[in-house]
Amino acid sequence: MNVNELKQTARKVRIDALRGIHAASSGHPGGSLSSADIITALYFSVMNIDPDDPHMKGRDRFVLSKGHSCPALYAALANRGYFDPDEMLSFRRLGSFLQGHPNMDKCPGVEMSTGSLGQGFSVAVGMAIAGKMDGDSGRVFTMTGDGELQEGIIWEAALSAAKHGLDNLIAIVDWNNLQIDGVVDTVKKVAPVDEKFRAFGWEVFSCDGHDMQDILDTFDKALAVKGKPVCIVAKTVKGKGVSFMEDKAGWHGKAPDDEQLAQAIEELGGEK
Amino acid sequence: MADVKKIATRESYGRFLEEYGRERKDLVVMCADLSGSNKTDYFEKAFPERFIECGISEQDMLAEAAGIAHSGHVVAASSFAIFAAGRSYEIIRNSIAYTNANVKVCATHGGITVGEDGASHQTFEDLALMRVIPGMTVINPADDLSAKALLRQIFETDGPAYARFSRSGLPVIYDEAKAREVKVGKALTLREGSDLAIIATGLMVSAALEAAEALADKGVQARVVDMHTIKPLDEEAIVKAAEECGFIVTAEEHSVIGGLGSAVAEVTSQKCPCRIAMVGQQDVFGESGKPAELLEKYGMTSLDIIRAAMAR
Repeated sequence: MNVNELKQTARKVRIDALRGIHAASSGHPGGSLSSADIITALYFSVMNIDPDDPHMKGRDRFVLSKGHSCPALYAALANRGYFDPDEMLSFRRLGSFLQGHPNMDKCPGVEMSTGSLGQGFSVAVGMAIAGKMDGDSGRVFTMTGDGELQEGIIWEAALSAAKHGLDNLIAIVDWNNLQIDGVVDTVKKVAPVDEKFRAFGWEVFSCDGHDMQDILDTFDKALAVKGKPVCIVAKTVKGKGVSFMEDKAGWHGKAPDDEQLAQAIEELGGEK
Repeated sequence: MADVKKIATRESYGRFLEEYGRERKDLVVMCADLSGSNKTDYFEKAFPERFIECGISEQDMLAEAAGIAHSGHVVAASSFAIFAAGRSYEIIRNSIAYTNANVKVCATHGGITVGEDGASHQTFEDLALMRVIPGMTVINPADDLSAKALLRQIFETDGPAYARFSRSGLPVIYDEAKAREVKVGKALTLREGSDLAIIATGLMVSAALEAAEALADKGVQARVVDMHTIKPLDEEAIVKAAEECGFIVTAEEHSVIGGLGSAVAEVTSQKCPCRIAMVGQQDVFGESGKPAELLEKYGMTSLDIIRAAMAR
């Protein structure tokens, strides 16, 4: 997929994520929209995966440690062919395979059940350790929020990843600068993230998490690194793509109403 | 009793791993800076390429264990019970049990017999914490051979499990033949009797046998049941004990809240109401001391079982 196609796909991912959240009257639009471009790049360009064989040997794996952004993950999986995008309308409904936070046993393509922050990152480190042990060619990608970096387990796992020289692991920080109680650096400052990860023995790159070309170029650089894990600090905007949601902590965990959904879809260039 | 052979079940665990590692090439063992104490160092020496030292990061160890298990391995992850089941509870719940990861959380230094390290390192809550998690198998072996038998079974069965082992030596109860009868989820009656039933787990099984011996001298015939598996609980054996004996003493090196005593009461209260006396840690923290002194002070000896039995 070329850059323009990826951009178009990211719009579809955003729209489907919002359709799901709207149908559920519940969910997390802010972080879904901030992570949508990176998740699209992963599933439609970077990762070696096969929707017809979700457990393919040697596949790349993605662990969404910030599990609440699963509407973006589900929408990417659906558009990639893991399931029908109309299933997004069952999101968060009783009996649905699209749980409020990802469940690997229910949803095809989900590699790890997450939701409790910090744990997915550490699980991804474990997967990468196993990959090294087994000589598995598959790479492990994980995405955390910036507020999520306040969890202690992240830094325990960061030490482990460096100890094992996990160059088969790439962590992306969705740096949207907001968490539930407000601005990340006011709630509890985690910056400078790049220096912290470097001090923990990681290679660090930064990118514009909404510039598709920049995202792809940064993944290329990250995948070429040998001997250590890579952290990509992706500067993003919470609620990206929908004017009234952008940069508003209030849209962390709130569903759009009918009118707001219609406006959002219009802004994203979708139908009706 | 001075010449009774004793083996700490952490030693049984370490030896089991060393042997089982030869059979299971997919076995990975993890520790958090306690390989000598947990006895995972035997495995480390034999299979260094499959041993992972996580440093003092129990939570990270257990989440990583889930990641390794979901990459096609069976994982044994060890720390002291307080840090494994206590500190890392929610990681075990969400990343291991909820995902049905093939991780065996093997905790050593359970209970008060940790001894001199004192209250911060003693655990009376681990069996309670682990048994309320859906899908967890929870074992608490009484001696060396039964520990090895139970270990083999939990490792041969896919899915999460918690196992508690002792720091201190436990009297040998099982011989090879008797150990072959040990089955996860199936309580074993070690002594017949119908005046009362002593349902014991872990360290307290040998104390229960001692108590039954003393009770027999007083003309009281006590049944002794080794409840090595806290979950899935052998309800049938409990109902049978309630029906046939009419009085149960539970004995555990664990809080009487939430552990074996509670589990037994949950069964009897619903299926066959019967009076129960609970021997165990009585909702207080421990302190430093020698294991035997602590068991005596906190009421977890054969004498405490006898007292409870005589008050029936």
